[in-house]
Amino acid sequence: MSQNIFTARGLTKIYSSGEVEVRALRGLDLDIPAGEVVVLLGPSGSGKSTLLNIMGGLDRTSSGQLFFKDLELTSLDDRGLTTYRRQHVGFVFQFYNLMPSLTAYENVALVTEISENPMRPDEALGLVGLQSRMDHFPSQLSGGEQQRVAIARAIAKRPEVLLCDEPTGALDSKTGILVIEALLSVNSQLGTTTLIITHNASIQDVANRVLSFADGQISRTYKNEHRRTASELSW
Amino acid sequence: MPMLDRKLLRDIRRLWAQALAIAFVVAGGVTSIVLAAGSLRSLEETRAAYYERYQFADVFALLTRAPKSLLSQIAEIPGVAAVEGRIAKLALLDIPDFQEPATGQFLSVPDTDQPRLNQLYMRMGRTPDLSKPEEVVINDGFAKAHKFKLGDRFHAILNGRKRELVIVGIALSPEFIFTIGPGDQMPDERRFAIVWMPEKTLANVYNLEGAFSSVSLKLLRGTSEQEVIKRLDTLLDRYGGQAAYGRANQTSDAYIDHGFEMLKSMRGTLPPIFLLVAGFLVNLTLSRIVALEREQIGLLKALGYRNATIALHYLKFVTIIVTIGIIIGGVGGTWLGSYVTQLYGDYFRFPFLVFAHSPDLYALAAMLSLVAAIIGTMRALKEIMTLTPAIAMQPPAPPRVHRLLPAAWNIHKVISQPGIMMLRNISAHPLRALFATLGIAFATGILIGSLFLNDAIEALIEVTYFMADRQDATISFVERRPINAVEQVKRLPGVLAVEPYRDVPIRIRYGNIEKRVLLSGRPREADLRRLIDVDLRPVSLPENGLAISAWLGKILGVQVGDIVEIDLLEGQRRTVSVSVTALIEDYYGIQGMMVAQSLGRLMREAPSVTTVNVSLDRRAQDQFYQAIKGLPTVSGMALQRVSLVNFREQIVILVTTMVSIYAGLAAVIAFGVVYNSARISLSERARELASLRVLGFTRAEVMRILLLELTVLTLLAQPPGWAIGYGLSWIMKTNSEGEVMRVRMVIENTTYCLASGIIIVAALLSALVIRERINRLDLVSVLKTRD
Repeated sequence: MSQNIFTARGLTKIYSSGEVEVRALRGLDLDIPAGEVVVLLGPSGSGKSTLLNIMGGLDRTSSGQLFFKDLELTSLDDRGLTTYRRQHVGFVFQFYNLMPSLTAYENVALVTEISENPMRPDEALGLVGLQSRMDHFPSQLSGGEQQRVAIARAIAKRPEVLLCDEPTGALDSKTGILVIEALLSVNSQLGTTTLIITHNASIQDVANRVLSFADGQISRTYKNEHRRTASELSW
Repeated sequence: MPMLDRKLLRDIRRLWAQALAIAFVVAGGVTSIVLAAGSLRSLEETRAAYYERYQFADVFALLTRAPKSLLSQIAEIPGVAAVEGRIAKLALLDIPDFQEPATGQFLSVPDTDQPRLNQLYMRMGRTPDLSKPEEVVINDGFAKAHKFKLGDRFHAILNGRKRELVIVGIALSPEFIFTIGPGDQMPDERRFAIVWMPEKTLANVYNLEGAFSSVSLKLLRGTSEQEVIKRLDTLLDRYGGQAAYGRANQTSDAYIDHGFEMLKSMRGTLPPIFLLVAGFLVNLTLSRIVALEREQIGLLKALGYRNATIALHYLKFVTIIVTIGIIIGGVGGTWLGSYVTQLYGDYFRFPFLVFAHSPDLYALAAMLSLVAAIIGTMRALKEIMTLTPAIAMQPPAPPRVHRLLPAAWNIHKVISQPGIMMLRNISAHPLRALFATLGIAFATGILIGSLFLNDAIEALIEVTYFMADRQDATISFVERRPINAVEQVKRLPGVLAVEPYRDVPIRIRYGNIEKRVLLSGRPREADLRRLIDVDLRPVSLPENGLAISAWLGKILGVQVGDIVEIDLLEGQRRTVSVSVTALIEDYYGIQGMMVAQSLGRLMREAPSVTTVNVSLDRRAQDQFYQAIKGLPTVSGMALQRVSLVNFREQIVILVTTMVSIYAGLAAVIAFGVVYNSARISLSERARELASLRVLGFTRAEVMRILLLELTVLTLLAQPPGWAIGYGLSWIMKTNSEGEVMRVRMVIENTTYCLASGIIIVAALLSALVIRERINRLDLVSVLKTRD
């Protein structure tokens, strides 16, 4: 089990949102080796985001077990999950989720301040090619730039996993490719296991592994023997 | 600086308008406490210092005449620290260029020195020269009312002889901070003077050499006033002593006390309520603002921030806002407090002012505001913190909305779609709508509570001067006169009707409670001075027995039918038992009333009169005044209506100022609430409203949806607001009742309208500000940034 960074058995998640009950995950099993780039594909409501949230310690399962290396995430309380997120996980969201009142630099520093062995914020911003825009507020940055700030924020703590939910969903293809490039370079330079949720099937070409979702389960796992670089992508 | 703190400062800057509005609500509460407590303490300390420095006596007594040798016996009463005997006489004054006769309280001062007790604060001039018997010192209020300068002259009828007097000094005295002439119910400084003359001169005039007719005592600390009064009364009994009394019954001090009581009742009612309302509103508002931060809180959690760190961040946020409010409130309260102190200080003509500070109350107000804010924040945070970050980062699930009426009813044919949206939004967040309504209702309520005072004073004036005391003048005789003196008055020019009264000072006792009051014997069916009950109907005196003020009945614990004991402090000075046959709900002072004939029998005297109430023919008024000035038997004349104008001017400044201050603070609080209510509901619904804009709704239509809700809630809040206002006014009324004055529970319809009007204006102003924000609503970004 130790070579896998994530191991899941029988994960189930039931949401009660408003007046409806949704079965988001139905007894899902999963093994993800460390250091890979994994792409999660599937239609809306197939359970990708739910799984990512649970893996990131943002949400809890209804039943089943999930391990991060030897740590059983499903047994942690709120405090334990906070520590887990703080030490091991970086997030990139579809809508960037930057603090509007902080500059690019400050948004990154928000995370480095509470991490044990972080990069300098400018270093992290350098990795995504945004050194020159450090003092800009989110409202002064384009969507792609905001997303790259979010990536810088996610990697600045040197996390072991990077969880990205539709990182290019709100971006045009040219900007989207820049963002994927940034993610891949972080993966290759830092060895960060990177999970990317996307609706964009062409992004699967850059992954080591592709998980296809349907109805709250993984319908197909596919290992990509011939990865392409980000610059070879187009959509 | 940690990034969270940076976010904090920028958030406050971003929300500055709302933050300021909340800060002003806090400031409103804090100001009212600091102002009320500060001014009251300052005034109380000023009075205490004034009394201390100028040796204001503790016990007072009037008598007919006693030899000075009695003073040493009085000084031997255990607990007496100092005794001062003097001559005190009332006399009519004739002032140049002033038609109405005025009354002077003449008092002797030692020939060469300041009196030991009740010393004078010489504002101007000097004490009279013994060799010049016409020299006098007058009180400052009288001097100001007539613009008298040193060296000016006026006439007085002293012991039946008209004399010319010359003013050599103008003074203040702790004994006459508040001056009220005999028969008057309110001060009129033009018509009532305190005149100090050397003892030798006054004794000469009244043939009182070696004698005194008034005595003041200073007691040692811890002495029983009751005990001393008892012994003093025994000593003075042979010399025509009227019951001695303590400071509580000393006119000036009692009136000041009442003024302070009014301030105290205001302090005890409005500020705590303001503070509580402010606290409640701050709690509501901040909890909604924090709730709006749901996604940012979710993100901070996702990034690995601990709950405690996030909570601390938001606590700092509200603490800063509240602290700004506390500072504004502290500064505003101190400033308004000294303004009010100054105003009252001028009104009472204190020679100096002591400004007291109330750090304790300030701290209390600050604490309360903070705690309210913190509770509100924690309430909102708790709700968000229990969510997992994944949920918190998503917009809240759509609320459970229900059809208000069955679909078949087709209400959309009656109510527009925006109207239905508004109604469903209210019904989907019933608690939020309830609290917002309650907040606005409280704002209306505190406005009514503040404005009530105006109504109460006006109602008091209405009842007293237009329903009860309808006489034009009240003439007091130097001493009791036979009843035919009334005929003499009747023959004076311009007199249309007369009503004779016989007033006797008494001590009334029931059980072990005793009160010193005036018992007035009056015609059974008095038409000029009527008794008016709570329902504003004139009441007739019962044929037999004693009627007393309902308030006196309350003090004594007396019901109709109870037998009370009365010491008659004139004539044969008998003690008698009489049955209380009526309790009269009057508004000024406390008194006993009897049909004149019954009182005559009680006094065992022939029908007699001490005061006559007169109704006048206005055209002959001047001749009447002239005639009165020539009557040596008259010691004074009260002119109610003339006084009323004067009194109104003075009291109106005080009342209007206080009402304006409190109503102003209430308006500030109200505006803060309404504005925040509208602003927050805009933030909460920004996406919904932007979506409508995208769907093609115009700005005006979007505005209408938002404002419709604000309008409905504001209007819904008015009736409960009126009820709250009535309740607050009732508390004010109850707290301000006392021996000197009671007010009626009257709230004019105009007051309700004014209060609601202010709230509606606040809502309109808020709407204008909000309109700007709706115009700036960034449609694309609002829709883009969330899924």
